[in-house]
Amino acid sequence: MSQTKRLQSGGRIDRSKPLTFTFNGQSLQGYEGDTLASALLANGISLVSRSFKLHRPRGIMGAGAECPNSLVQVGRGAGTIPNLRATQTELYQGLEANSVNCWPSVKFDVNAVTGLFSPLLPAGFYYKTFKWPKSWWDKVYEPRIRKAAGFGKAPTEPDPDRYDKKNRHCDVLIVGAGPAGLAAALEAGRRGARVILCDEQNEFGGSLLANRQYLDGKPGIEWAKTAVAELESLEEVTLLARTTAFGHYHHGFVSLLERVTDHMGLTSPDGRPRQRQWRVRANQVVLATGAIERPLVFCNNDRPGIMPASAVSTYINRYGVRPGQRAVVFTNNDSAYQTALDLNDHGIDVAAIVDVRPESDSVLVDRARKEEIPIYGGYAVVDTRGGQHVSGVKVMRLNGRGDGVYGEIHHLDCDLVASSGGWNPVIHLHSHPGGTMRYDESIASFVPDQAVGNTYNAGACNGNFALGGCITEGLSAGATAAAGVGFGSEDIEGEAPATGKQQESPLRPMWRVPSRKAIPRAPKQFIDVQNDQTSADVYLAVREGYRSIEHIKRYTAMGFGTDQGKLGNINGAGIAAEALGEDIAKVGTTTFRPAYTPVTMGAFAGRELGPERFHAVRKTPMHKWHVDHGALFENVGDWKRPWYYPKPGESMREALDRESYQTRHAVGVLDASTLGKIDVRGPDAAEFLNRVYTSGWKTMEVGKARYGIMLSEDGMIMDDGVSARIAEDHYHMTTTTGGAARVLGHLEEYLQTEWPELQVYLTSTTDQWAAISLAGPHARDVVAKVVSGVDLSGGAFPFMTWRDCEAAGVPARLFRISFSGELGFEINVQANYGQYVWDAVWEAGQEYGITPYGTETMHILRAEKGFIIAGQDTDGSVNPMDFGMHGLLSKKKDYIGRRSLSRPDAMREDREQFVGLVTLEDPKEIIPEGAQLVEEPNANEAPKPVPLHGYVTSSYYSSTLGHSIALAMVKRGRERMDDVLYSPQADGRVIQCRITSPVFYDPKGERQNV
Amino acid sequence: MRKYSIFSLARNALSHHENWWQAWRSPEPKKRYDAVIIGGGGHGLSTAYYLAKEHGMTNIAVIEKGWLGGGNTGRNTTIIRSNYLWTASAGIYEKGLKLWEGITQEVNFNMMLSQRGVLNLGHNLQDMRTIERRVNANRLNGVDGVVLNAQQVKEMVPIINTSETNTRFPVLGSSYQPRGGIARHDALAWGMARACDDLGIDVIQQCEVTGIRREDGQVTGVDTTKGFIETNKVGAVTAGNSGVIADMAGIRLPVQSRPLQALVSEPIKPVIDTVVMSGAVHVYISQSDKGELVIGAGVDKYNGYGQKGSISVIEEQLAALVELYPIVSRLRLLRHWAGCVDVCPDASPLLTKTPVDGLYFNCGWGTGGWKATLGSGWCFAHTIANDEPHPLNEAFSMKRFETGAVIDEHGAAGVAH
Repeated sequence: MSQTKRLQSGGRIDRSKPLTFTFNGQSLQGYEGDTLASALLANGISLVSRSFKLHRPRGIMGAGAECPNSLVQVGRGAGTIPNLRATQTELYQGLEANSVNCWPSVKFDVNAVTGLFSPLLPAGFYYKTFKWPKSWWDKVYEPRIRKAAGFGKAPTEPDPDRYDKKNRHCDVLIVGAGPAGLAAALEAGRRGARVILCDEQNEFGGSLLANRQYLDGKPGIEWAKTAVAELESLEEVTLLARTTAFGHYHHGFVSLLERVTDHMGLTSPDGRPRQRQWRVRANQVVLATGAIERPLVFCNNDRPGIMPASAVSTYINRYGVRPGQRAVVFTNNDSAYQTALDLNDHGIDVAAIVDVRPESDSVLVDRARKEEIPIYGGYAVVDTRGGQHVSGVKVMRLNGRGDGVYGEIHHLDCDLVASSGGWNPVIHLHSHPGGTMRYDESIASFVPDQAVGNTYNAGACNGNFALGGCITEGLSAGATAAAGVGFGSEDIEGEAPATGKQQESPLRPMWRVPSRKAIPRAPKQFIDVQNDQTSADVYLAVREGYRSIEHIKRYTAMGFGTDQGKLGNINGAGIAAEALGEDIAKVGTTTFRPAYTPVTMGAFAGRELGPERFHAVRKTPMHKWHVDHGALFENVGDWKRPWYYPKPGESMREALDRESYQTRHAVGVLDASTLGKIDVRGPDAAEFLNRVYTSGWKTMEVGKARYGIMLSEDGMIMDDGVSARIAEDHYHMTTTTGGAARVLGHLEEYLQTEWPELQVYLTSTTDQWAAISLAGPHARDVVAKVVSGVDLSGGAFPFMTWRDCEAAGVPARLFRISFSGELGFEINVQANYGQYVWDAVWEAGQEYGITPYGTETMHILRAEKGFIIAGQDTDGSVNPMDFGMHGLLSKKKDYIGRRSLSRPDAMREDREQFVGLVTLEDPKEIIPEGAQLVEEPNANEAPKPVPLHGYVTSSYYSSTLGHSIALAMVKRGRERMDDVLYSPQADGRVIQCRITSPVFYDPKGERQNV
Repeated sequence: MRKYSIFSLARNALSHHENWWQAWRSPEPKKRYDAVIIGGGGHGLSTAYYLAKEHGMTNIAVIEKGWLGGGNTGRNTTIIRSNYLWTASAGIYEKGLKLWEGITQEVNFNMMLSQRGVLNLGHNLQDMRTIERRVNANRLNGVDGVVLNAQQVKEMVPIINTSETNTRFPVLGSSYQPRGGIARHDALAWGMARACDDLGIDVIQQCEVTGIRREDGQVTGVDTTKGFIETNKVGAVTAGNSGVIADMAGIRLPVQSRPLQALVSEPIKPVIDTVVMSGAVHVYISQSDKGELVIGAGVDKYNGYGQKGSISVIEEQLAALVELYPIVSRLRLLRHWAGCVDVCPDASPLLTKTPVDGLYFNCGWGTGGWKATLGSGWCFAHTIANDEPHPLNEAFSMKRFETGAVIDEHGAAGVAH
């Protein structure tokens, strides 16, 4: 028989829509509108999980985000999700859930044996033990701890779902659609403000979904329905159900997680994103996040069947579930009397209301009396009985101070304990951005004090628990928020519905219910039931000197669970205050951090994943051509650069040899479009370049180009490149591919903060130009066929000049520059024409044997010439003198980094200097890049540390030279030509190498100047 | 010191743990100390510990404005390694790692050092050059390390995505330091506080420094919220707030304070056994003994003293995480927060004398402070006791920004032409 614990009628479930699901392999039924937790309870299943440390039986405890138990693994395969809270998991057809962290089953868990050793496992026991023998920590203790720890299991396959992000601005964001939130939304929405109202539940209504209070003479939920209908009709109002505001950041930025399809199946059934993150920037934030009932802390208060009173009411009223046959209600305030009445009205026997207050006088108490429910005033539940479910409680009389019990023990049989220790406002979102709190004695909890920015708290989260007060505060917050964005005044315009008068008597604060024995000797009183953390642990922590609430939390693992202590932490603070002999207001709470409830990591990643989207892929205009011609690509920053172009059957070495041979002997073409380009304009452009480059730039005429290096403030080489003077007040600057953004930022920083008087404007033009670089003896022949409007002869168009021209009929700039040591040209055209002009060059080059070459051949060609690559041969700790670039350091002017070059360390004689290396034993052996250089021949075996004398920055096989070459930084390198150094390798080999000049090829530069 | 052990646990279990002694006292400050350490985090407490243990100075106090270990000690992602590039760095971090390897037994407090290895991934050719260079330097400096290829990385970290086509920046390889790992952050603060207390050091919490008194260029004491304390030696170890303390003594430090984000997932059964860090796909990850994935990335782009998470940084970090480890997508973030680190221009720390006699600073650890804690304290204690740096921290003086002898640990910069 299924759903034996379902009430005959009532609840917000749809009895016409039964759903089948499984729990631990057992097939069960529930209804649409159920959570997994309510469906389990309807089937009489209360034991769902085991605790973290002691593996004690754990039942469904709460009814929402606060439940510290009820963690289950949902689904299997790629879609499986660990650690879902059954109380927050909406039931769907076919849902499959299993208990976690227990073996072989939740009913019989072998690890429950840990409980026998619990006297040896007090708070912080692991700091005191597992130290001996030393080697056992890594090998024995820790592996076992790790195996036992953790709850559910991660999927083993990639996520089949996708996630979306949405950015939204609004006038007023309202978090929580209970009575206060709905009232605020009505007030602000009616005035025309752009409102977003979100709520974590599937339906709006908040507490009205689960209680039987009346508004305007009708059930409260009817009022909520009317309110929602009206809000739906307002054009500027967005309503988001199943949407949790999980983090509140600065300046009205709130992150929401919308669960789009989680209630429909394990994975999205219809291609929609499974979840969506709303990144909301709100002008005004109204928090109407409600309150969480805290349970009372008494001995053995962790057995399944012991629940907060409000959760009991929720299961009865909202889900139509009978959570027990015979209940004991244990309370220190009036609200649990309503639960007693809910139970009574649904035919569930209430064995007793045990109230720690000797006397109380209120409407609810009167009604309970009228219903003839036995009330034990001034009594307390001191212990419970039961195995895997509670079966009874012991009740004794409390003394006047509330710190001891006496007299006869009353044994009451029951299978349900509904307890209430008062209510804690949900101040998480108020606190995230730095909102302060204060202790409110009237409710014995913390309430918001000073909010950050335009944030307002309304209703229960503000410490106002009465329904009428919630609605009034909601209206008021809505009015204030709307007025804050210019919609009307702060006076409430709407009308609050009528509520019945609720006379209440005050609660009696009680953090820890006394028992017959003193604390450490009494049975366990659980504060954090997920982590098995008890009041004795708090006392122990304090006894040992852990007196700050943060220390107590960390030492005892209080609130470390996946519920982040929503149920237990305030009780813990109260008990800590008691142990410390201090005021709870002074003890305070631990810090509230996002996320309010756990958030799927994929929802943060959104769609920014995979080869195309993780980082924007930057491709040059000629990318497709490279692909079509067999290029392999190298990631350089976000760019895809052709690395080399192997022909079918060719090895990498063969391809490189071919590319460099063709370039040295005929002509090669390289796509240089990725180089950073910055357009520098303004009357002070020349002065500006003069300050940022180390060499002089003012005298360079229009039509010429020059190689320059830039230093950071500390005198170290930052970037380099060729810049050309386009007009008196206009330069075209190039940077390294990877350094473009950094250089632009560096230049802007100086322009904006150091030299605001300079009239210079910088524009990144990297993407606007396609750059086709030609090198080789036939470069001029090819260019001549493509370009018109320039006299290409060496005399008319010398090295390091540029000309306006047309390339294949397209307006172009032609530069005579070279990074290969060969005769070289670079054609720049507007990016859209890039492929067209490239095709023309390719066509024109056919008769000369043109070859495309990639970054690797470019690296070889430039290394043969001893040209550096900033970022490969430099590392942020080398200055221009280390590279022998003294000639580039102007003595006539100041420039960024100049002052640092005169510091002692920059002048130090034993600095590492840029040199070449060749190998001795095998001239073709390539020293690995990154290899270290030492003087000690047997460094691998020698005692460490071995003094390091340098390292290899670049290393290649040069087919042109017929041997390998390397570039390196070596201490005093320039004065050590022909010295032999050793490069010890990880595999034990030692490569001998000889120091040479870094210029291996055409040292006089005759080839590029023809 | 009364020992912690399974036997003391068992003995105390018999008396229901009613008779445990205090791990440390909570004394009021004395009038005068031979040295005062400002900052009760891991660095400050270990400085005091080594001052007493190695240099016999026991009339000292550690003063902390909040609670012990409440700064970056209690906020970091607990990674320990010593595979730094430069010889000076390797020296101090390796000293730290060696001390880590013995500290549990030395102070009789389980720090849970878990040497499960650290991988630093390479995603482009320049990354791999840098890794080769660093590992080669490490090896010759006596620091363990090898270079792994992508397949070896996959074997060690089965959940990592090493596909060459289905990811934006494929894993090309990695450096691997087997002796790297993680340790329990709170344990360090508490274990060292207990060890300090045992050596007679006053560990004073809830005591904020409000001023540093000097006469003729010499420190004479500190003003605190618990009154004036006379001393001639002050060691400031207040990461994130070093600039504020320096200002009290009228000096400026070459540091900037930045928030550094971290987060944890819900606890799950073990999926990753080592620590894996990636610079290009910017995220690092390990799994705690409790089962949480502990995740970090770089510092925020802006200066600030906030110890709160920035959502944009978290988003980038988690996108990187899912990109590298696709199976984590459906796991859930439990909690995120930030620490406040101070950063020197060369990404190396300061353990230094200052223009004020008797005032010493230990700061600028940036993102790398935790692993160095013990080495840092050991060197700083030497510096304070002798008024001279130890050879291991000689290079980390303020003077380097005058001489230019900076120790650039940003890693080889950027990417190629």
